[in-house]
Amino acid sequence: MGILKVENLKAYYMTDVYGTKRTVRAIDGISVEIKENEIFGIAGESSCGKTTFMKVLSGAVKPPLTVVGGKVLYNFGNGSLDILSLQKDELRKIRWKSISCILQGSMSVLNPVRKIYKTFRDFVEAHQKIEKKGDFMRQMRDHLGKLGLPREVLKAYPHHLSGGMKQRVTIALATIFKPSVIIADEPTTALDVIVQRGVLQLLKEIQKEQKNTIILVTHDMAVHANIADRIAIMYAGRIVEEAKAGDILENSLHPYTQHLIDSLPMIGDKSHRVSIPGVPPNLANPPSGCRFHPRCSSVMGICREEVPPLIEVGDRHKVACFLVSKESGDGK
Amino acid sequence: MVNNEKLLSVKDITKVFSIGGLLTGTRLTAVNEVYFEMGSANPEIFTLAGESGSGKTTLARLILHDIELTHGSIFYRGTDVTTIRNRKERMRFMERVQPIFQNPFETFNPLKRVDTYLYATAVNYGIAKSGESTDGVVDDALRSVGLSLQEVRGRYPHELSGGQLQRVSVARALIPRPSLLIADEPVSMVDASLRMSIVNLFKELKEKSGVSIIYITHDLATAYYISDRIAIMLRGNFVEMGPVEKVLSEPLHPYTKILKESVPKPVLGEKWKDKIELSTLEAKEFARVGCKFAGRCPSVMDICKKEDPKNFLLDERTVKCHLYAKQFKNSIL
Amino acid sequence: MISTIKNLYEHDRRFRFAFIVIIGIIIFSSLSFFSPYDPDSSYDVPSDQSPSIKYFFGTSSRGQDIFWKMTFAIRNSLLFGISTALLSRIISILVGLTAGYKGGIGDRILMSINDSFIVIPILPLLILFNFIFQEKMSLFLLSLIMACLGWAWDARLIRSQVLSLKEREFTRTAVYSGMKSLPITLKEHLPFVMPIVFATMINNMLWSMGLEVSLAVLGLSDINTPTIGTTIYWANQHQALVAGVWWWIAAPIAISTLLFIGLYLLFASLNQYIDPRTRLLRMGG
Ligand SMILES: Nc1ncnc2c1ncn2[C@@H]1O[C@H](COP(=O)(O)OP(=O)(O)OP(=O)(O)O)[C@@H](O)[C@H]1O
Ligand SMILES: Nc1ncnc2c1ncn2[C@@H]1O[C@H](COP(=O)(O)OP(=O)(O)OP(=O)(O)O)[C@@H](O)[C@H]1O
Ligand code: SF4
Ligand SMILES: [Mg+2]
Ligand SMILES: [Mg+2]
Repeated sequence: MGILKVENLKAYYMTDVYGTKRTVRAIDGISVEIKENEIFGIAGESSCGKTTFMKVLSGAVKPPLTVVGGKVLYNFGNGSLDILSLQKDELRKIRWKSISCILQGSMSVLNPVRKIYKTFRDFVEAHQKIEKKGDFMRQMRDHLGKLGLPREVLKAYPHHLSGGMKQRVTIALATIFKPSVIIADEPTTALDVIVQRGVLQLLKEIQKEQKNTIILVTHDMAVHANIADRIAIMYAGRIVEEAKAGDILENSLHPYTQHLIDSLPMIGDKSHRVSIPGVPPNLANPPSGCRFHPRCSSVMGICREEVPPLIEVGDRHKVACFLVSKESGDGK
Repeated sequence: MVNNEKLLSVKDITKVFSIGGLLTGTRLTAVNEVYFEMGSANPEIFTLAGESGSGKTTLARLILHDIELTHGSIFYRGTDVTTIRNRKERMRFMERVQPIFQNPFETFNPLKRVDTYLYATAVNYGIAKSGESTDGVVDDALRSVGLSLQEVRGRYPHELSGGQLQRVSVARALIPRPSLLIADEPVSMVDASLRMSIVNLFKELKEKSGVSIIYITHDLATAYYISDRIAIMLRGNFVEMGPVEKVLSEPLHPYTKILKESVPKPVLGEKWKDKIELSTLEAKEFARVGCKFAGRCPSVMDICKKEDPKNFLLDERTVKCHLYAKQFKNSIL
Repeated sequence: MISTIKNLYEHDRRFRFAFIVIIGIIIFSSLSFFSPYDPDSSYDVPSDQSPSIKYFFGTSSRGQDIFWKMTFAIRNSLLFGISTALLSRIISILVGLTAGYKGGIGDRILMSINDSFIVIPILPLLILFNFIFQEKMSLFLLSLIMACLGWAWDARLIRSQVLSLKEREFTRTAVYSGMKSLPITLKEHLPFVMPIVFATMINNMLWSMGLEVSLAVLGLSDINTPTIGTTIYWANQHQALVAGVWWWIAAPIAISTLLFIGLYLLFASLNQYIDPRTRLLRMGG
């Protein structure tokens, strides 16, 4: 098996504010297997549940988010480990060392009143003993150097740094322990293209060298095109298509994926791009059957009633759409 | 006044920040002698692009008069906005010029429901009077960004995703029906499919409602798609400014070239090959004499490290780079 | 409100303890309304009786039932502490919010006034006021004077909090929504400031009640109004400890200690509850 196997995962936000109950079905039946040593991209529109999925994968499940069903199994080489059944301290042991997270908006982990190197020291000390201060500083400087960050940032306060620099520092923080799995949720969304390029290339290099797995969430298909080995497309809490990056980009089968790719602008092309018609689904009250059906131009009767299964159609190419499952001969 | 026909004229504005303490502190010129104009006859989308820390946000805040200029002047429809003092003038200015902020997670008070800002805007600018009509105004604004009042009503910021929040923020800014929107990276947190809907919305606002937009982004693909003109910023300076087709299709400034090359393309086989030189600490580059790009520029010459290049007018645009000094003698200031 | 109390009562041990103690003391002090004796009268009962079923806390050398006497004393002390704290909170919120939000010259003027109040030595000033007002010095007047002296530090704290809130982006959203400074300060910033107000409220109540005791023991307050301090003053006047009438001193000390601990725990727990960070957690952020 791969390093990570997710089986029919369901995670809902169940809130109860002054008596009004609301269930947001942010993850609704995701199964996926991620191989070792690959960059697995996850794309999908805003609020389709990508961040929620990453929260569950990193074991950061706390109310109102509730895992309703399914398993998240990791394999760090010593048998499979269900992260959802781990106790707090067991989780703490593998967090950052085996699984490292760069979450959306995570720049706020930098303590505004502490210099960067102190934040780094606090962070490292929370996980292991620091023998010599000098060695530690040198290590940090090396590490930052590899990320293309100047050593001066160690002496700076977070507010001295621009948004881009802060995010790079956060990424540096998350890769200190050389984790086996790096979960990166929109790590470059706030960065400019030049830094984004630098950071992505670096992530890729780290990945090549340490053979760790990167789960990269971004809604930017262009980023996936550049770095991901495989791409999964999420829509309204489910995976609708999963394949090698090339297949997704050039040979996509799901109408949603096709729309997504077609809507991308490019320099040198001013022709009108349409965004996907209709409005994004409300996960508190998702559409029946295929969740994309209200916005799909090839919708059929069955799409409104039944949930299309995610089936394999080609070389590790999976699609959840009745257009495809019909063609391939088996309805279910 | 001559400025009357202009929607906005920004004249040689400079902002200097003092950072650090009294003795060890340094001065950082976050915006350096920036000059540009936007006409009012034809609404336009003017893009400010550049890497982070190049002074885009600072420039936007100067135009919004959120922070004081160090020197220079800004005219909005012929009125010097740097002299606005009383609330009435300020309200009138804000009604016409509305901002959209960079970080949707910080745009709304975490302890308040997001719809309160929409209602407040509708009521304070006199767009709607009573409860019923306010709902209508708010719902219309939300629908124009692909949301609805039903989805947003009563929800706190943390209950909405980044993309949803940013759309609420755009909706709020649209409520007073402004003639200039200053959007600071409005789509950087919004996914590709909705990004196009917001970007198309900007285009529509420009074409149908005559709203001009200053669009700040580092996403050159959408910049190319919607804008008429573009200015490339580097450490406080406009290094290249002109029609977007010219600047992005055939960039002249070495920095623009690198910027363009770094835009990832959503097609196979176009992966980056060579490694990129990242900037060192920003303050250092800001403090550089001569061209701020000299430390990273592949075509750097000796003069670049000594003298600040002038603006050269060529091929419908201005370029601030020594490479073009010999070719074109007619430098403008 | 009720559900908040219920929630806290169920989940916070400190709150449970403090809640019971404070409610007990409040009930005790409101018994004063049913007292068979007038608060000012003396020689109603035999003097120097040790605590017994008949006289729970014993009687004083002035022939007063200490139990009933204490109900008045606690009530007055509590009212004194609350009014001082509330009044000074109002001043510190007003000064802190205005200085923080308005900034500029107004801020500088307010802060220099503020700083003068910080450095003023309070005890000599109170003694001075006592000499000025002499007989007219009532408990309420004292509370007013102390409120005017005890707000400065807290105003500074509030101001610095507002200064940092002002830099947050949501403040700009509020500004561009056309909100005026006052609503912005009250609706956007006050919720973040409330924890400071609560935290300082306890300090201020403890401070003012403590200072009242010191003044009264020195005979420098309105000694005819029963308070915790004046009870001890009269006990000292009659050399209660020397005479072996220890219960005259023990009662006010025991009750006030309980009250102080209760107040401290109550506010510590409320403070945590109202903090925006835990508030966000409760909302699921
Ligand atoms: N704490 C919460 N309480 C209730 N609902 C929530 C909460 N957090 C997220 N949601 C909802 O869950 C859904 C999925 O949100 P999530 O943040 O996972 O989306 P996302 O795919 O990461 O979006 P984006 O690309 O905008 O970051 C959304 O409908 C969102 O409104
Ligand atoms: N209040 C301030 N005090 C001191 N320096 C500041 C201040 N605001 C901004 N700066 C500095 O000015 C420079 C320009 O910052 P600015 O935020 O305008 O860049 P930007 O182009 O918007 O970047 P980004 O793409 O990261 O948003 C940065 O180096 C920043 O650190
Ligand atoms: S002036 Fe020199 S260093 Fe600057 S961009 Fe032009 S060639 Fe490069
Ligand atoms: Mg997300
Ligand atoms: Mg910015």
